Amino acid sequence: MTTLAIPLPKRPAHPTGVLAWLTTIDHKKIGILYGVTAFVLFITGGLEALYMRFQLAQPGQDFVSPEVFNQLFTMHATTMIFLGVMPLGAAFFNFVIPLQIGARDVAFPRLNAFSYWTFLAGAILLKLSWFLGGAPNAGWFGYAPITGSDFNPGHGIDYWAVSLQVLGIASLAAAFNFIVTIVNMRAPGMSLMRMPLFTWMTLVTSFLLVLAFPVITVALIELMFDRFFGMNFFSIGAGANPLLWQHLFWIFGHPEVYILILPAMGIVSEIIPTFSRKPLFGYPVVVLSGVIIGFMGWMVWSHHMFTVGLGPVANSVFALTTMAIAVPTGVKIFNWIGTMWNGSIDLRTPMLFAIGFVFLFIIGGLSGVMHSSAASDAQQQDTYFIVAHIHYVLFGGSIMAIAAGAYYWFPKMTGRLMDERMGKLNFWLVFMGMNISFFPMHFLGLDGMPRRIHSYDSAMGWDLWNLVSSAGAVVLAAGILVTIINMVRSAKQGEKAGADPWDGRTLEWSIPSPPPEYNFEQIPTVHGKDAFWMQKRQRVSTVPVAGASGDSHDIHLPQPSYWPLIASIGLLIGAYGLVYSATWTGIIVGAVGLATTVVSVYAWSFEPVNEPVEGAAGH
Amino acid sequence: MSKIDRYSSRLVTVGLAVLLVLLAVGCTPEHNQSTFDATGPVARSQLNLFYWILWTAVFVFVVVGGILIYAAIRFRRKPGDPDPEQTHGNTPLEIGWTVAPALILAVVAVPTVTTIFYNANSPDPGSLTIDVVGHQWWWEFNYPHPDGSDSVVTAANELHIPVDEVININLDSKDVLHSFWIPKIAGKVDLVPNHPNQMWILAEEPGEYYGQCAEFCGVAHANMRFRVIAQSRPEFDAWLSTQAQDAVEPIDPLALRGKALFEGDARCWSCHTVAGSKRARGQQGPDLTHVASRAHLAAGIVENTQANLRKWLEDPDAVKPGNLMARDAEVYNDPVRELTGADVSALVAYLRGLD
Ligand code: HEC
Ligand SMILES: [Cu+2]
Ligand SMILES: [Cu+2]
Repeated sequence: MTTLAIPLPKRPAHPTGVLAWLTTIDHKKIGILYGVTAFVLFITGGLEALYMRFQLAQPGQDFVSPEVFNQLFTMHATTMIFLGVMPLGAAFFNFVIPLQIGARDVAFPRLNAFSYWTFLAGAILLKLSWFLGGAPNAGWFGYAPITGSDFNPGHGIDYWAVSLQVLGIASLAAAFNFIVTIVNMRAPGMSLMRMPLFTWMTLVTSFLLVLAFPVITVALIELMFDRFFGMNFFSIGAGANPLLWQHLFWIFGHPEVYILILPAMGIVSEIIPTFSRKPLFGYPVVVLSGVIIGFMGWMVWSHHMFTVGLGPVANSVFALTTMAIAVPTGVKIFNWIGTMWNGSIDLRTPMLFAIGFVFLFIIGGLSGVMHSSAASDAQQQDTYFIVAHIHYVLFGGSIMAIAAGAYYWFPKMTGRLMDERMGKLNFWLVFMGMNISFFPMHFLGLDGMPRRIHSYDSAMGWDLWNLVSSAGAVVLAAGILVTIINMVRSAKQGEKAGADPWDGRTLEWSIPSPPPEYNFEQIPTVHGKDAFWMQKRQRVSTVPVAGASGDSHDIHLPQPSYWPLIASIGLLIGAYGLVYSATWTGIIVGAVGLATTVVSVYAWSFEPVNEPVEGAAGH
Repeated sequence: MSKIDRYSSRLVTVGLAVLLVLLAVGCTPEHNQSTFDATGPVARSQLNLFYWILWTAVFVFVVVGGILIYAAIRFRRKPGDPDPEQTHGNTPLEIGWTVAPALILAVVAVPTVTTIFYNANSPDPGSLTIDVVGHQWWWEFNYPHPDGSDSVVTAANELHIPVDEVININLDSKDVLHSFWIPKIAGKVDLVPNHPNQMWILAEEPGEYYGQCAEFCGVAHANMRFRVIAQSRPEFDAWLSTQAQDAVEPIDPLALRGKALFEGDARCWSCHTVAGSKRARGQQGPDLTHVASRAHLAAGIVENTQANLRKWLEDPDAVKPGNLMARDAEVYNDPVRELTGADVSALVAYLRGLD
């Protein structure tokens, strides 16, 4: 292979320390990077929420100004969705999927690294806006025309639009990677209908990502055209209909909701069988309902627009399709309960969180049915009732499941169990905190409190519930603090886990914790669902009888690479330049960044997956 | 159950009970924007629908949530328990719990569709029609002129309607999105620029109702409120014919000086209309022809008293952070043109006379 003329640092052969993390293309390390980064960002999103809850704890407070409040709720939601829940899901995709399907890595390991670094670039760019002239302030939904330069002259919206584009690149890269990985790299014998549920839901989610992100990309490009070059996509004076944005946004936005919840459902579908010691009840139905949810997620977007005046026919149709989605969702819930029924249930922390998920998701699902009814939604739309609903599905749903997954797979990632007593405390604090904080919001909404108001009058009668809700937020924060402490402590001094601490059912539990770099010494052969359980209980071996050499030196793994990192740094620089593309400096910086990315992608495509490294004999 | 579990679940039960009691206490009718206190057919149809779905949902929640908790407790593993039977499913059961939610949803779907159509079609398209225009962050209300001509009577932030009559509302915005919401009378409909909307309302009881912009519209979104005054037909007619008249000419010397300022150096005229004045024809701010007749200032934020008007003119941003008068009027953003205390007194005297 030709060497490049530019004197570049030599390709790392066996890097250690920080360099190992910067150049890694090991899906497990990337999973951990995703997880840690997303958790830190999740905490920043939580702090943004706490500021809002302090401000709203009492009527008429001046703790934050209205300008800052608008930035807070915009950043809180954008952070939680794009920098918290989505990448936390990606952390599990990365770490778990190859292990569950019996593979040594993902299909495109360097693309995987690129996806992580690009996600980080997008996150940095978005969060930088706080310090570079003000965060975006038009809501995570960024409804036109308030995002236009006439109403929003600063750079906050530019940061928002550009960083969402960067995050979109990261998501698309990851999604393609997982589709190919799941379709192509399953161990022999693992037919689609033998795949673990989490793998299934990752597949569905990845398809949703691939189809949904182009829509928001188009919408954001139109917005960027308007802002950077004075075009008229959303310009009222030129006769634009701002509903165009809403349609595009929600055609992306509703599937996005399922992008946030399907991985959670996948996680829970792993945990409940494991801790009930029973196979998932109605496996094909659960798979199918996941696929149907993913499919129907495309037919309901206008339920976010019941009050914009689409007319009674459209409102009725979208009300009915939205209600219909409750059927496959209900089916999933019944099947989880069916799995627990007659089981042998062990209420360890992962299971507690999983049951908590189901319980809270029932509430969130039912309030969802309430505003799927367009006429009744006319009173609920844009009130705290909706805020309550989304937190029951996204916190009670996604976050509870992610916490369940974290407790569940932590021993696989680190080789150590998280502390069980702190885990219980963690669960109950989070569960109660979330209910105290979010349940009263139902009452506030029905009592006429609109969303996105920085303050309210005592005369409105909203004082009590706001105070309760803020108090709940503090309890919730305490719960998250326990999570942090438990994770940090257990990573260092937790009880040793061994390969299979939970009596697991799927392949990831058949290999040591933490798994060796190559995951499986022997690629397993799968004879049914719950392959590892079969091996343990029915003595059906997953290891092919012939050629069980146990010699891991024959395994060739792709080598670390600098290029994904450098390509993402190029994107960060380029995107930063794009924000200021009205100035020459911006254009130059943008061009430098873009060039960096192009060169790195080029260099990367000529870099062999494995190259003979001098000195290191035949790895 | 371990001790910590038992303790925690007891706490949860107590917590929920306390919540329910507080809910009962918390929903008393003096809550100005409570959707439970419907006083018109539109809000009532929405409330009835809500109750119908609510009770269905509560039923489902109790059953399904109950079974979940029961299962979690009943089937807990005891030390030495053998593996449970590895059942993979049960087809009749699964068909059953696919059909059951579908049936329950049908129960909700039918009244949903009928209510959507009931709310969408005005029962009397020929009755009084009011044009509502949303502005950052105040409301413009245009009534048909009582003399039957094509011209309109413009008012702001206080919507007067005759009680017990169907009122048709046209909704439009000249800047960003807003949403027109009077919780006790009707659910919201958005004001979308370049996409005019319609709705109908009817208030059954005379009185004052709270309205609120419900779609995020920028810095002062929280403070974009309004009041609805529902009154008897004769009262309404009297009010409308007063509003249709030109502004009262001031006689008091202080007020006269205020008028001169308003139409001169203070440049209030550039944004405000005062009917009858040749100069004051501005459109960016609320019509002030009868500003003194309104009970509130700055879109339902403060009562319209002498002291509050003074505060407003001294420093509008302190009363309503971010409002466009504070941002754009020269007397507030150009220190050279700042109003003196005497100027403010004169303007107050003038405006207080405009009833
Ligand atoms: C740049 C345009 C502009 C100028 C100049 C201006 N105003 Fe205003 N004014 C507004 C706007 C916009 C509002 C609505 C503020 C709100 O409620 O958000 C308003 C509101 C008011 C109100 C409250 C009306 C109501 O019913 O709530 C009064 C009174 C008022 N202005 C008086 C004045 C006086 C007196 C001057 C001259 C010193 C003046 N304005 C100059 C734009 C302007
Ligand atoms: Cu949706
Ligand atoms: Cu608003």
